Amino acid sequence: MKPLRLVAFMIALTAFSIAAAAQSQLRGTGDLGVIVERANGSVCIVDTSARSVLSCVEGLGDLSHASAVFSRDQRYAYVFGRDGGLTKVDLLEQRIVKRVLQAGNSIGGAISDDGQLIAVSNYKPGGIKVFDAGSLNQIADIPATYGADGERSKTVGLVDAPGRRFIFTLYDAGEVWMADFAEPGAPKITKFGRAGELPYDALITGDGRHYIAGLFGEDGLAHIDLWDDVPKIDRILDGYGKGEEKLPVYKMPHLEGWALAGGKFILPAVGRSELLALDASTFKPAGRISVHGQPVFAIARPDGRQVWVNFAHPLNDTIQVVDVPTLKVVHQFKPGPAILHMEFTPRGHEVWVSVRDANKVEIYDARTFEKRGELALRKPSGVFFAARANRIGL
Amino acid sequence: MLMCLASVPVSAQDLTAQRQAELRNLVVQDCGSCHGMTLKGGLGSALRPSDLDGVDASTIAQIVLDGVPGKPMPPWRGLLSDADALWIAIALKAGDLK
Repeated sequence: MKPLRLVAFMIALTAFSIAAAAQSQLRGTGDLGVIVERANGSVCIVDTSARSVLSCVEGLGDLSHASAVFSRDQRYAYVFGRDGGLTKVDLLEQRIVKRVLQAGNSIGGAISDDGQLIAVSNYKPGGIKVFDAGSLNQIADIPATYGADGERSKTVGLVDAPGRRFIFTLYDAGEVWMADFAEPGAPKITKFGRAGELPYDALITGDGRHYIAGLFGEDGLAHIDLWDDVPKIDRILDGYGKGEEKLPVYKMPHLEGWALAGGKFILPAVGRSELLALDASTFKPAGRISVHGQPVFAIARPDGRQVWVNFAHPLNDTIQVVDVPTLKVVHQFKPGPAILHMEFTPRGHEVWVSVRDANKVEIYDARTFEKRGELALRKPSGVFFAARANRIGL
Repeated sequence: MLMCLASVPVSAQDLTAQRQAELRNLVVQDCGSCHGMTLKGGLGSALRPSDLDGVDASTIAQIVLDGVPGKPMPPWRGLLSDADALWIAIALKAGDLK
């Protein structure tokens, strides 16, 4: 072989082997997810098919109460930290793409339906900020000011709504606002008015129709039907606990993951060892379920037949499973100390459970309750699977 | 003398090392849900030494035990003893719980 040909051959060979290597590493991200290691400021990228940790990415700051949303292509996770950090993580390259410290103190965020906007809910300074999902450059700053002095309210319950809209609740002001980014330029702000005393969290139903805020300071919830011509706040489950003494609330319940099945919603009560059932069409009470402790999450298996429930300190070592048609507890077990979160695989064959103080995540068959696997992680909290990219409000 | 000692408020130093470790984990992890793991605040107020300047430890311990009526801060009495609460208050003021 002549020298020149030899070089060409070598180059071709190298190119071929690089392509072959890349070929063997090609993979989708639809079965991936992230788990927050809250004490280490890291997120671990997990493969839910292999039930394994691919890699942990460090350097995300204070991740107490951290959460994540996903890009439409399910390649990137946007992680919202307590310290105001917004971090874009590449699930394939398993690295931080970009990180911005956008506020002093934050609580969560959302991604617009077109995947172009990331909104972050802030405590300090209060309000929301909106970023370009590609560059993380700031697009809008919406201070949630209220009252005569123009104080900025902490915001909670920030969700995406169809049509490049975000809805959020003002904790201090007790109001619900919407920021509409459908048109170019400054967002259109709609103030729905007063929700009630100390709204602590909110959700939007999976069809993007109903926004519901839980109230800490009152018995009842604030509800907005976004299909109305002029959406407005009405109260549901008003005074559902009147006359009963509330228990101390050692952990605020979360509203994400409401079960909808058999025409009922199931949600955690505040300050009571109960779940509340709600008629999904009338929003009238449809029963109560007495449970082990004060529920934190009541998360529906994706088919809606069962709801998995975890509990506030000090009863946070237990999970109960409720059958929705009968409103009965059908299973109870103790995975370990400080169960913080549960996440189902997209069609609900398995469920991942973070057990913070045992430094592990357990994986269960969501129908037989058999344990399928266990992963060692450091103080794991939130578990978020990439399939959330395809769901309204998550 | 012994009688006299017994009537003195329980000293925070009486806690075992194991209990102190439990309380440390409780404050960082569970209180941290609202107050932030670095105690910079969240839904609950910030609890760094500079934030607690001018508030004495017994007042802080009282808030821990009785909560703040009308606010999400719950009363921890029943889960925490007087000595537990005082230990937490002193440790918070000393910046010893990060």
